Amino acid sequence: MSHGFQFDPARFLTSRLGHGGLLGTSYRAHGADWAELELPYDERLIGNVDTGVIASGPILSLMDMATSVGVWLRANAFVAHATLDLRVDYLRPATPGKTVIGRGECYRLTRSIAFVRGQAHDGDPDDPLAHVAGTFMAPDGYPR
Amino acid sequence: MIDRLPPYAQLLGLTAERDGDGAPVLVMPFGNDVLGRPGFLHGGAISGLMEMAAIVALHDALEGEGGGEIKPINVTVDFMRGGRDKTTRSRGIVTRLGTRVANVEATAWQDDPAKPIAAARMNYLIVRR
Repeated sequence: MSHGFQFDPARFLTSRLGHGGLLGTSYRAHGADWAELELPYDERLIGNVDTGVIASGPILSLMDMATSVGVWLRANAFVAHATLDLRVDYLRPATPGKTVIGRGECYRLTRSIAFVRGQAHDGDPDDPLAHVAGTFMAPDGYPR
Repeated sequence: MIDRLPPYAQLLGLTAERDGDGAPVLVMPFGNDVLGRPGFLHGGAISGLMEMAAIVALHDALEGEGGGEIKPINVTVDFMRGGRDKTTRSRGIVTRLGTRVANVEATAWQDDPAKPIAAARMNYLIVRR
């Protein structure tokens, strides 16, 4: 199914359509089973007007996208799939004004389920602001 | 809170209404801004809607006790059905309002509240006034 096909995350993420375009998420880096995306600070994303801290929703969206791309990289194919569940621990508030960087990794791929994890930070990977774990499911299966 | 939603809620196009019991319900229109794969809502937009519904419900409950600030600790989201080209609604339910921590649940649905497209469970830290 995936023979001869190379999934290109940088190209995939240039699309400005949909929710990712609204939030302003873009490609940063990738490896064999992980992708790093970034979410620039934007006042439209603010969840708390007193502090200027962005809402938790955009961080969840960022990590959903980063882990999803991580799955396609590990599968080396663009497969239709859906998020089954996602848990986010909000370790600390994102710093107002700073770009949030999210790294998502697929650490286990089975016939129909992909297991993912990831972290988000705003400049220092050793000082993460969020940690995520979740699963995706491909109705037609992932290539093995 | 219900009459002054933060910028992120406005970005999602959310509006607030109250159900028959007076509980706040948030309404999210379908559109390109909340689109994931073609024809379906983005999971992040559904989650953002449910988190806002949870926050609104929690502020509503807190106001009856003098108010306070809330900080999200974590969220677990289950996606049950694809979100289609329709209006989505979400309601948060405060299952426990403690002194320092609140447990909140939220569901999102389109036609029938009994057939949710997603559900979320959240813990919040509370700083009382």
